[in-house]
Amino acid sequence: MKRIEINEEYCLGCRLCEVHCVTAHSKSKDIIKTFKSEGFKPLVDSCIAFEKCGYTTFALQCRHCHDAPCIEACLTSAMYRDKEGTVLHDKDKCVGCWMCIMVCPFGVIKPDFKNKRVASKCDLCGDRETPACVEHCPNEAIKLKK
Amino acid sequence: MKYVIVGYSVAAVNAITAIRESDKTGEITVISNEDQLYSRPLISYYLAGKLKKDKIGFTSKDFEKDMKITVLYGAEAVKIETKSRHVELNNKKKLPYDRLLVCTGGSPIKIPVDGLKDGLKGVFTFTKLADAKELEKYIEKNKLKEAVILGGGLIGMKAAEALLGKKMKFKILDIADRLLANTFDKEASALLEEKLKANGCEFLKETTIKKVIAKAGKIEDLVLSSGKKLKAKLLIMAVGVRPEISLVKGTPITAGRGIIVDSRMETGVPGVFSAGDCAEGLEFLSGKGAVIAIWPTAAKQGKVAGHNMAGVKDVFTGSFAMNSVEILGVPSISFGITNPKEDGYEVLKKSADGKYKKIVIKDNKLVGVILVNCIERAGIYGLLIKEKLDVFGLKKELLTDDFGFLLLPTDFRKHFVTGEGTEV
Repeated sequence: MKRIEINEEYCLGCRLCEVHCVTAHSKSKDIIKTFKSEGFKPLVDSCIAFEKCGYTTFALQCRHCHDAPCIEACLTSAMYRDKEGTVLHDKDKCVGCWMCIMVCPFGVIKPDFKNKRVASKCDLCGDRETPACVEHCPNEAIKLKK
Repeated sequence: MKYVIVGYSVAAVNAITAIRESDKTGEITVISNEDQLYSRPLISYYLAGKLKKDKIGFTSKDFEKDMKITVLYGAEAVKIETKSRHVELNNKKKLPYDRLLVCTGGSPIKIPVDGLKDGLKGVFTFTKLADAKELEKYIEKNKLKEAVILGGGLIGMKAAEALLGKKMKFKILDIADRLLANTFDKEASALLEEKLKANGCEFLKETTIKKVIAKAGKIEDLVLSSGKKLKAKLLIMAVGVRPEISLVKGTPITAGRGIIVDSRMETGVPGVFSAGDCAEGLEFLSGKGAVIAIWPTAAKQGKVAGHNMAGVKDVFTGSFAMNSVEILGVPSISFGITNPKEDGYEVLKKSADGKYKKIVIKDNKLVGVILVNCIERAGIYGLLIKEKLDVFGLKKELLTDDFGFLLLPTDFRKHFVTGEGTEV
């Protein structure tokens, strides 16, 4: 299974990871169309929790925990683990009870209050060999763990 | 190995999955007094019409087949014989076991009210799918638009959510001076009360029912503790839930409020385990046993019980109360001790723009949190409680809107974000 590791010392705070995360999860996969015609917002709709405090920044995504509390807490099994070990979220099953948000120790699951369901959660970019955030990080602050 | 599991909900499902990790062939029999497996907390979504058809389950469709288990639906366990190691069913059938798991959950508390008799039409509890289905039928048949909910706790709020989905108006009565009294304080409750009011509903605090007046077998009016009379063609009794432990009464399996278990979720009787809403597992903050009737705890305890039943050592490290409630677009999450009654606690609050944050600290450790309308990243607070992080220098940070890892000590943050603790 792919694993992403982050390094705050290398993070420039450019937030390109978020822009490319949203693009990778859009219909068109085209950076212009994603934000122009598909209506995504680059910094809101990503699967990444970006933090900034003074000069320190980092971008954190789901850790795909071995003993994932979000799977245990999910009332509908919308949160599940696939055969590879990736923790995934099925929007169709989600009812927006926010139990996953309550138990995720990393705070990386984002709620969509309007549609009453989890808005975004890192899926390690499915079939893509390298997740979009890793590929587009200009300073190797987000890397694939080997 | 013969496994028998009494009760079939989240603790059972997690136990079964855990058993099957190591024991692929042992015989697992589950006794369920329901007619299907479903997620109890979803009954409010079901009644509100927010669930797609057949989405009330919480396992894969083929769970029972994949796990090679036998589920006896509609069966009731009536007796446990710990000496001869078998469970007796209501049809006199005896099921022998080598390992037994009692995960019978909770049942609604009944309180005596003058004039409230069993079988009175228009009075419902709200914990099972059958309750929701009957309630739905009754509302439709009688074209009801209004209801009274007795109890402003979790179940009362669940019922409220469901009725709001049916575009009904209701009054919530509670003996306490606030909604969700076990976790909320008055400020947090006020945010919900305001919303309820704006939607034509009402919360009557410090109020209970003195008398129920019926007409032709149907509920008609209530006389309240205030002396006022209230029209009520539908009454939902949501006073609370108590652990369902009647099965272990008269057996050597000891119980307080719930069934007493050790850290392996085993009761005092070897081979008999318990988990979920009927069990008194370790409460993390007090270090003592307590019933913590929430889904994630039941899942965890079930998993630990399952491992140990199959002979794989696993320990339940404790949990604390937490919950997530959203009503009328006001999401809230709470953790731990939110209304400390003794001295020695420090309470910090922040309230602005309809958001409310309350932090409770003891000995410089975070022990309780209320978040209303600001639940983003709530789980990090849970992590701080669990890790007993010293928050002496962090009090201001805990209240900020952009609370996150960067506000925490570097060592702590790095451990969880980039170091050893990056996955749990």
